[in-house]
Amino acid sequence: MVSKGIKKIYTFLIFLFLYAPIIVLIVFSFNNSKSRGVWNGFTLKWYVELFKNEEILMALYYTLIIAILSSVLSTIIGTFAAIGIYGMPGISKKVVLNLNYLPVLNPDIVTAVSLMTLFRFINVEFGFLTMLLSHITFSIPYVILSILPKLKQMNKHLAEAAMDLGATPFYALRKVVIPEIMPGIISGALIAFTLSIDDFVISFFNKGPGVTNLSITIFSMARRGINPVINALSTLMFVSLLILLLIINSKSSNKIGERGDII
Amino acid sequence: MRTKRIAYPYILWMIIFIVVPLGLILLYSFTTGDGDIRNIQFTLDNFKKFLDPRYIDVLWRSISLALKSTVITLVLGYPMAMIISKENIKKRNVMILLFVIPMWMNFLLRTYAWLTLLGKNGFINYILTKLGLEPLNLIYNDGAVLLGMVYNFLPFMVLPIYSVLIKIDKSLIEAAEDLGAGKMKVFTKIIFPLSIPGIITGITMVFMPAVSTFVISRLLGGGQYMLIGNLIEQQFLGTGDWHFGSAISIIMMIIILITMAITSKFDKDNEGGGRLW
Repeated sequence: MVSKGIKKIYTFLIFLFLYAPIIVLIVFSFNNSKSRGVWNGFTLKWYVELFKNEEILMALYYTLIIAILSSVLSTIIGTFAAIGIYGMPGISKKVVLNLNYLPVLNPDIVTAVSLMTLFRFINVEFGFLTMLLSHITFSIPYVILSILPKLKQMNKHLAEAAMDLGATPFYALRKVVIPEIMPGIISGALIAFTLSIDDFVISFFNKGPGVTNLSITIFSMARRGINPVINALSTLMFVSLLILLLIINSKSSNKIGERGDII
Repeated sequence: MRTKRIAYPYILWMIIFIVVPLGLILLYSFTTGDGDIRNIQFTLDNFKKFLDPRYIDVLWRSISLALKSTVITLVLGYPMAMIISKENIKKRNVMILLFVIPMWMNFLLRTYAWLTLLGKNGFINYILTKLGLEPLNLIYNDGAVLLGMVYNFLPFMVLPIYSVLIKIDKSLIEAAEDLGAGKMKVFTKIIFPLSIPGIITGITMVFMPAVSTFVISRLLGGGQYMLIGNLIEQQFLGTGDWHFGSAISIIMMIIILITMAITSKFDKDNEGGGRLW
């Protein structure tokens, strides 16, 4: 059929569009020449240099440490907050939910400058702490928003039943509520991690001397020309992610469907 | 169960890190001063300053570029979402995964990689000259910024539309077909109206970041290319006029709010979980 052919071509073109720059990145990570656009033979030297480049390794370290810390902390705060908000009476629930929406609805540049203004106002020194706090702040709303639907799906009487049977509220929370909403917690944590690792704008305004992440390093490099070492690093990250995904995919090919909707 | 108390730490967090900062931005936008809170004076000058044709131009350019990229992502993304939603479940999941994977590569780097493709000696011009055609000037202009936006935000249009499309009850389509509706009619009368919540989510998810971006315009538009996001960045990190920068932020927030208000009018099904996407 003709329309089937058109569909195939269309799909191919869209994916080509999405992947063209990634292919370029990967190809040029093996390029002998430093300048982009000129192919000068195959080499692995950028991969060797990557492990000697302290600027980039430091940026990678901060990117990962902030992503891990902020996703863990925002998941913990967000989980409790979601359970608490769910148990609130009508009006205060509405107010809290609307406030929670603000960082989601606001352009990230506004969130970024408002946090920067706050930190300057209360005279906090810019650096690791300000970056971490701002990452947690913009992650929590997404965690809450991914947990709330799971709470709605949960049987209201489950926790009550547990307490009737003698469980303390905390025990009921730990043994009944949290396991029930676990899929929401996991996807919330994944969203928080992804947001943090890819963030540029929020970090850019709330970074301090000596503390940068990969995005900021790439941005500052863009002016003087990107070091191909960055290409090598991204290729490695891309490949490891791909392998991880393939493993997850083969282990639970039906479960990923649910998760694929969220992320 | 009195669980609401465990939300109190976050409520405190929200007040400190969401409410107070926005209050400060609002305060700054209506004041002038040397940064010392005791010396501030209330004024509307920051907003009046924005009425300068130079800034109105920037605002207009930002909005029109964001609108264009929203329309293009919708036109490109809707058929894509349709195609994916009609595949069998296994193929469908792989295709969606293929849409998500690029988002896990640093977006600055992906955007920057377009320079290699679009540049004067880039890949596209290389092919054009091989074909005996004139090389094109593809970079540091409106078109390049637009391409960067479409490239970065296309998944945000496809994913919400897709997630609505797969939830459409198949029996509705079958019923329409049984009653004699053609393919076109099924689409215009059933599929499209039912997918509107996804389109609305997609539009807000593309328009918002597009209107506020300053990175894409900086990388692909060259140094001198100004959008409203660049203007804010410049006021806060360049010239240091935080009062004017705050005023622009407030104006941008208002634009977003207006957009949200307009789009939510078309969205009857506000309760759906399709908000995230």
